[in-house]
Amino acid sequence: MRKVLFESFTHGLLTEVAPKPDEAGLTELARSVNRAARARLGRSLSIRQVDAGSCNGCELEIHALNNAFYDLERFGLRFVASPRHADVLMVTGPVTKNMREALLRTYNATPDPKWVVAVGACAVDGGIFAKSYAVEGGVKDVVPVDLHIPGCPPNPKALLAGLLALLETSA
Amino acid sequence: MILPRATVNEKAWRQAIEQLAAGRCTLLGLWGDAPAVHMALLSEDFSDIAIVSYNCKGGKYPSVAARHPPAVRLERAIRDLFGLDASGAPDTRSWLDLGFWNARHPLGKRAPARKAKPYEFLPAEGEGLHQIPVGPVHASIIEPGHFRFTANGEHVVRLEQRLGYVHKGIESLMHGATLDAAAKLAARTSGDSTVAYAFAFAQAAEAALQVKAPARAIYLRALMAELERLANHFGDIGAICNDASFALMHAQCAILRERTLRAAEACFGHRLMMDVIVPGGVACDLAAGGAAQLKSLLTEVRRVFPRLIELYDNTASLQDRTVTTGIVKPEYARQFGAGGYVGRASGRAFDARRSPGYAPYGDLKFEVPVLSAGDVDARVWIRIREVEQSLSLIEQVLKRLPNGKIHTALEAKGKIGEGLGLVEAFRGDVLIWLRLDGKGRVDRCHMRDASWFQWPLLETAVEGNIVADFPLCNKSFNCSYSGHDL
Repeated sequence: MRKVLFESFTHGLLTEVAPKPDEAGLTELARSVNRAARARLGRSLSIRQVDAGSCNGCELEIHALNNAFYDLERFGLRFVASPRHADVLMVTGPVTKNMREALLRTYNATPDPKWVVAVGACAVDGGIFAKSYAVEGGVKDVVPVDLHIPGCPPNPKALLAGLLALLETSA
Repeated sequence: MILPRATVNEKAWRQAIEQLAAGRCTLLGLWGDAPAVHMALLSEDFSDIAIVSYNCKGGKYPSVAARHPPAVRLERAIRDLFGLDASGAPDTRSWLDLGFWNARHPLGKRAPARKAKPYEFLPAEGEGLHQIPVGPVHASIIEPGHFRFTANGEHVVRLEQRLGYVHKGIESLMHGATLDAAAKLAARTSGDSTVAYAFAFAQAAEAALQVKAPARAIYLRALMAELERLANHFGDIGAICNDASFALMHAQCAILRERTLRAAEACFGHRLMMDVIVPGGVACDLAAGGAAQLKSLLTEVRRVFPRLIELYDNTASLQDRTVTTGIVKPEYARQFGAGGYVGRASGRAFDARRSPGYAPYGDLKFEVPVLSAGDVDARVWIRIREVEQSLSLIEQVLKRLPNGKIHTALEAKGKIGEGLGLVEAFRGDVLIWLRLDGKGRVDRCHMRDASWFQWPLLETAVEGNIVADFPLCNKSFNCSYSGHDL
């Protein structure tokens, strides 16, 4: 274990400079977030991820946010295990009919003030699955959405830029 | 591959079932195609595949599950999607239809939706038993599904899964889709295996149209498949250790995974290499400088990974969690035809790349690691050994990469064509069966993820373990929800 740990000291820092907050995301957010919430939350957000029907591609890239290169926690952003602990719901996938109820319950279990970030092309409007009998549509068709981060899947940099935009306006 | 498909009478259908029950062949798939059902069988030596079809009479066919339990969930899914009933089926509960769709039997004769009855979990009786319901929304960044544990104190007496939450109706969207649109759907069936799905779909489409992809495209496909395997195995090895609270391995493996994805992006323009494999070949060539990127990835992995293996092997507190935890019995792995590391960690030496085999793997040298312990540790070791094999395969592909075209134009044949694809994804074999109409559109496409035959074994593996070891067992399987729910 020591060898691996020592090596972490010698190979230099992997963590990269943060991308600029996403401009489109900023405009979208500016409309939905108020100053009072900023004061209340401080510069820190807890995120609860909900897969409402995704192919799992988005989850892989969301996971990557926690690796040494992107190091999400340095921005005061962290993933939590329960909606009760969350400020932000990060929702992926077209919302399937079979997940609609679970998403609603998770949303209702998240205390106010809260934000919903819809991640991925499918989360915007159902994407290539939109016309299926088994799909409800995009995330906004089920719960109010504050920020969309498109992409199939969005890469970790795009995710980070979107989340930083959320942080700049909300915290 | 192009496979003759035999439509059989009831006697022959039942004979096939007896072959399965006797263990003389393995169930590779069972799917509906109203008004028929098809069954794919794999021979005992893994070299041959046969498909038999049965035309349902009055919407019924003789149950396979009645004699062969691995078919249970497949038959339940066929009923939900097509309204075809398996006579004599041991379990007639719904499986993918959770009662929220607008209609029943969306792929067969549609019927108005009924109010869903409460789902009845299988009973577990005894003094001091309690139930723990988990999901569909889980406590981590993972896909949704429901687990119902019955436990006696800390010990799991029974686990029953309830899946179907991410059912997107992919097979219905496939119907009538162009090859391009259908390939995109296939590539989004299970995002972690997007390369494997696109590969299998391309194989099936090319077989149905009787065309061959150019040699260079076939080698590039293997290159992408091995990069995908590497990335997923790194992710899994780290995540399994993380579920035993050993964060150092998780952090280190995540670095290797990220480096692999970056190399993939440098080579093919997309971190997960989505939509690069297309029917007829590949959509883009290896980028200039890609080979050099891959060589430096190989060097880096070979420098770092052996130390991580040593770390895994020499950390007693970690071994304490993985060794003898979550054992899959070899007879179950064999009976269920469990693919991937789940099967190979329990003595089943099946790897679709080796046998039945597909291009270009016949030209490449690789070993198929097999262990017999069947525990979490064995599933970690299979992945470790496969990482080493994938490194060597990438090297071989780069050395032998033929020059030439990367795509063959596809033309509709004017007649119906069928084809099958079978590809070894990182978690096991993906089977795709396809029927094209004469105009080059998809008439029916069925996709069977390896998870169909692995999920049920997770239920058996957890029995007798403590509840706290479930995440570890589950991660060591890393079954697909989306690939299963379709």
